[in-house]
Amino acid sequence: MALFPALRGKSAADEAAIEAVALRSDRFRQEREADWKRLELIVTRMENGRLRKVSDADLLELPVLYRTVASSLSVARETSLDAATLAYLESLVKRAWFLVYGPRTTLWGWLRRFFGGEWSRAVRAITPEILIALVLMVAGTIVGWQLCAQDPDWYYSFVPPDLAGERVPGASAATLRDGLFGNTGQTGLSIFAASLFTHNSSVAILCYALGFAFGVPTLMLLIQNTTMLGGILWLYHGVGLDYEIAGWLAIHGTTELFAILLAGASGLHIGRSMVFPGTKTVLEAAATAGQRTAVVMAGVVFMLLVAGLLEGFGRQLVDTTEARLAIGGGMLVLWLAYFFLLRRSPPGSEAE
Amino acid sequence: MSRAVPARSNPVRQLVTPEGIALPVTLASRGSRFGALMIDLTIITVTVIVVMVVLFYSLSGLYPTLMSTLGEEKQEIPGVAQFIIILVVLTLFLFRYGYFLFFELGARGATPGKRMTGIRIAARDGGRLSTEMVLARNLLRDIEILLPLTALISFQSDESPIKWPMTAWLLIFALFPFFNRDRLRAGDLIAGTWVLEAPRTKLEAAMSTGRAAVTGQSHTTGVSYKFSDDELAIYGEYELQTLERVLRENRHEAMVAVHEAICRKLGWNPGAGDEQAFLEAYYTQLRARLEAGMRMGKRKADKFAS
Repeated sequence: MALFPALRGKSAADEAAIEAVALRSDRFRQEREADWKRLELIVTRMENGRLRKVSDADLLELPVLYRTVASSLSVARETSLDAATLAYLESLVKRAWFLVYGPRTTLWGWLRRFFGGEWSRAVRAITPEILIALVLMVAGTIVGWQLCAQDPDWYYSFVPPDLAGERVPGASAATLRDGLFGNTGQTGLSIFAASLFTHNSSVAILCYALGFAFGVPTLMLLIQNTTMLGGILWLYHGVGLDYEIAGWLAIHGTTELFAILLAGASGLHIGRSMVFPGTKTVLEAAATAGQRTAVVMAGVVFMLLVAGLLEGFGRQLVDTTEARLAIGGGMLVLWLAYFFLLRRSPPGSEAE
Repeated sequence: MSRAVPARSNPVRQLVTPEGIALPVTLASRGSRFGALMIDLTIITVTVIVVMVVLFYSLSGLYPTLMSTLGEEKQEIPGVAQFIIILVVLTLFLFRYGYFLFFELGARGATPGKRMTGIRIAARDGGRLSTEMVLARNLLRDIEILLPLTALISFQSDESPIKWPMTAWLLIFALFPFFNRDRLRAGDLIAGTWVLEAPRTKLEAAMSTGRAAVTGQSHTTGVSYKFSDDELAIYGEYELQTLERVLRENRHEAMVAVHEAICRKLGWNPGAGDEQAFLEAYYTQLRARLEAGMRMGKRKADKFAS
């Protein structure tokens, strides 16, 4: 772009004359224009996704140039009345701001920070909600059990028929036992594990997202899911298979139920922050809670992946109750130790 | 100064960067956001269908009898087939939750749909857009799109009494951007983000560096325009910007009209044919005067200001 067409082909004397008469704000612009253009070039390349065309030197200089141009804008606002230059600088600073303060993290770096302490810190930060969710889940289980004990018809409203299969009130102990053991020869375990993982994850994410409605739907979802658990426990208790069902559920359940507990607690945390924002505005409180619980939720998806593997492979391949209980208990201890005993501050926070 | 900004349909907000610089940002229109969502959903759907079809054909090509017996008990599923089925399950999951994450975490902070409609996401507080924000805003998509959509479809046949209250309740999530001044959707609210128009303005040549502008001398006539302080004192910043616009647009009729108006105000006899040089010279000298005033802390907003 020819910026100064009038300057082309003029004698040095002419240029000197122009220099002498030109506005101060124009001289200011002339002196800095090279920097502006350089930043614009880098920004344009990055915006177009041609990162490979941006040299390392340019990339390193991006924040420096950004601050230079930002200060140009501040000065120009106080000294220049050239509307076009001001508009250009404003938009250039904005574009560079998007890049300089854009998401700048590698997957590896994020994972390191995440597992290195940010996740467990976020979990500890929502401890009150975790306790509330725990009480709710225990209460849901007890209610499910009690209602079924009073009237077995409740079982059918807690446990969907397609999920129940042969596991219905009145089934013999042998039938129920067959469902718990002897699946080691089954094929397609990995498919089973993958679908369990994806299904459970979407339910957990839904549970979390509903926390936005002040947490009420999250509560309902937590209770609804645990009444089913109560119903199944009651059914197996009735035929004296308490120990066996405990192992069958525990091998993956300690991880899966823990993950659901965390998802529910995250939803409640958002709901609580919006109802009781404290000294912040509702918007600020919601944003803080959302960012904190997003970390927890990333961990929940990871836990559900582990739970899916344990349920899909572990439970079918490990056929004794003792081993199942050992694995389930071990996982629970592992999670608790990781969340509440390992108090490391994350290496290098993302915030500057 | 606000009068100089042309009326825009999308509201402008002030955003303060960590360096303390206030930047005016334009909120993205709801229409372009909806358009971006539609483009993204189309991309997802088409890609998923293509992947499914390819995998299905490779499956039935490899194992002609597999598809017909898949539902049967104790069916032996070969290793490769298992692998492909897992791929299908995981692809669906990844596209549902990973697509938006992947693109919004990139340097451009926008999905392909957003890029096409010229919008992007940013942190509301002017600070860094963090991974957690992008995670949070996308975790809520389920209740904003999927839940209302499935509810609408399943309620078609349902005649339960909670049909309408339920629909209304779910629509609150879907239509959330209409209920607040910053057009936040539920995900934006809990993530601390908002969706803005992506800026792009070219640097235009300065109007005050041309020869006529600098020396006051006209190419065509050779006349030197030199205005006295009193002659420049009649106008302010608003008029200066109007003049800049007229010069940039470079439309002859407009220049003639403005030229005539200024000459009348100055008490000059408006000639013809040398409007551009006259206006450039007047613009430069007026700007020099006003900017000198600015440096001394005196600003003159328009011709009515003293």
